[in-house]
Amino acid sequence: MVPNAPGFLAASWIVARKDLAIELRTRSAFLSVVMFALLGLVIFFFAWDPTAVSSLDLAPGVLWVTFTFAGLLGLHRSFGIELEDRAIDALLVAPIERESIYAGKAIANAIFVSAVLVIAVPALALFYNLPLGRAIVALGVVAVLAAIGLVAIGTLFSAMAVNTRMAELLLPMLSLPFFVPIVLSSAQASTRLLANRPFGEVLPWLKILVGFDIVFAVACTVAFPHTLEE
Amino acid sequence: MKLLAVAIAAVLAAIVRIMFFTPIELLQGAAQKIYYIHVPAILSAYLALGIVALMSIVYLWLHDERADRLAESAGEVALLFTTVTLSTGPIWAKPIWGTWWTWDARLTLTLFLWFVTAAYLVLRGAIDDPIMRGRYSAVLAVLAVLLIPFIHLSVYLFRTLHPMPIVLKPDRPSLPVEMLTTFLLSLGAFLVFCVALIRARYRLALLRDATAVP
Repeated sequence: MVPNAPGFLAASWIVARKDLAIELRTRSAFLSVVMFALLGLVIFFFAWDPTAVSSLDLAPGVLWVTFTFAGLLGLHRSFGIELEDRAIDALLVAPIERESIYAGKAIANAIFVSAVLVIAVPALALFYNLPLGRAIVALGVVAVLAAIGLVAIGTLFSAMAVNTRMAELLLPMLSLPFFVPIVLSSAQASTRLLANRPFGEVLPWLKILVGFDIVFAVACTVAFPHTLEE
Repeated sequence: MKLLAVAIAAVLAAIVRIMFFTPIELLQGAAQKIYYIHVPAILSAYLALGIVALMSIVYLWLHDERADRLAESAGEVALLFTTVTLSTGPIWAKPIWGTWWTWDARLTLTLFLWFVTAAYLVLRGAIDDPIMRGRYSAVLAVLAVLLIPFIHLSVYLFRTLHPMPIVLKPDRPSLPVEMLTTFLLSLGAFLVFCVALIRARYRLALLRDATAVP
């Protein structure tokens, strides 16, 4: 290790800041992903008979499915931007640990998808006429937990998928089975939160989300160096 | 090739015994006979998937290309046996449960095992460099092992919180001797068939790598 090299967290933050700076200057991915998420919410509305299913039952499922697909669009870019001029090589020769490249990318992606949620959740409440009220804080917690799991898995698979043929197809194929516990738990938890159900009914789903986040954040960080060229 | 021939003969013998020399179950009728194919198939799939998981860990650890080849061979065979399980299940479920498919925890988990196994093989097919292919697929296999308990837990919780109007599988009475013999014969035949297929597929991988243009 080089004497003045940054520590793990500092290095991760530098990588994250680089990605966020690129995104802030171009804004291409964020705007398209937000548009995609809003369109998703709107299109789902017309695929549904409002007299048959109450919006309270439908909205959480719509939100988390749309969020997952929108997230995939953003995650694909995460390592896509490193392909041009083999920018990834510059990251690899930097005097930082390989794990901090993953952590930095994941932090940038987490901020990215959280920003999408900040717009998508109020839009959902508006379009589906939801009583956010007291549930807003608890929903925020669910959203953060879901975003961490999504990003942990998606960042690793994005790194793998960009080096394959048919990257755009492979990323959802690899990621979606892994998103099942996230979508299921977040949708179930948010349905109960919006219906003001007792917290005991929400807790098992939160436990699954927390367990998933911890297991996959650690496992993907450990696995990431194996996906890079020596 | 001898092993494969023996395995095919054993599976055919087991099928003959299932069809002609095993009594018909009183309540479920002929549909119950699928049990002798369905259960050995999923147990063979578990064997093959276990080999994929184990060999993936070995590959990440030792970087031995033999482990990668074995994982690749077992992965393809696992997809075959999971497909057999998923297609025989509905044929039994339609007359017995009254529905082709239900989101029971076990069914859902098996379906996602199928998806992940298919993704594993597609990923392998999408990478040309053998070292990258070995590493990526091994990483996916190891993560999939971690995923299984989470899918199981969440679909189990999903189902128990929302009981569905299905005829639940009753506790199976201990099998009469003739049926148990048929089941064990069939299980033995399937497991030998599974090993023989993996071995044949491994040889194919060896030939391919030996003749590959660098």
